[in-house]
Amino acid sequence: MQEKSKQRPKFLTLQEIRLPLPGIASILHRVSGAGLFLFLPFLIWLLQLSLSAAPEGQALFAQYSGNFLVRLVLLGLVWAFLHHCCMGIRILLIDVHVGVEKAKARSSAVAVMAVSLALTAVFGLKLLGVY
Amino acid sequence: MNRIVVGAHYGLKDWLAQRITAVAMAAYVVLIFVAVLAGAVESSETWQAFMSHGAVRFATFLFIVSLCYHAWVGVRDIWMDYLACAALRLTLHVLTLFALVGYAGWAIWIIWRL
Repeated sequence: MQEKSKQRPKFLTLQEIRLPLPGIASILHRVSGAGLFLFLPFLIWLLQLSLSAAPEGQALFAQYSGNFLVRLVLLGLVWAFLHHCCMGIRILLIDVHVGVEKAKARSSAVAVMAVSLALTAVFGLKLLGVY
Repeated sequence: MNRIVVGAHYGLKDWLAQRITAVAMAAYVVLIFVAVLAGAVESSETWQAFMSHGAVRFATFLFIVSLCYHAWVGVRDIWMDYLACAALRLTLHVLTLFALVGYAGWAIWIIWRL
């Protein structure tokens, strides 16, 4: 237990908040979730084009899925999904009391960041047509 | 009683639903990943054939419902955490709900007409 007398900040001034690494991974869980929510119509629209039976729809899908900006946005969303998913697994494990200790919680946060970034790179190279 | 109409309803239900929908979505993503590796996106024909399969449509439907419920809980938590004004919060809760119900209808329509 920490001392009660310790001064704690009672504000949420975003510029003044300094988070430890697990805190950064945690807030990115929220940021990535919000991003996925905001881009949901875009993703549903792409799904619709990809499943369109009409040749015009398919042509439109080919045109948009080949667009650099669309691919860049998709790459961002791939990271958002991967981070959100990896962090979600970490949260579920902590829910069942796995990795609750400070050191383990820190290393699992590092693992979440590293795995999601590495997988984003793997998908990113695929998206850019490297392999 | 000091309950707020736009509060979290003070229960475990949404917390648990958040986790159940997460696991359901993760399972679906694994299914899609395996299907892609097996060649489901070789062409638009194979992709449409895969997505219109009865079992896949069933799974996709559950994924869409899970996603919207999951997003509802998550986005609502964001509004609750950062917005002090109850009127603004209620407005955004309603807009979020309407958007998600609309997205669900749209996505279900996409897979159901295949």
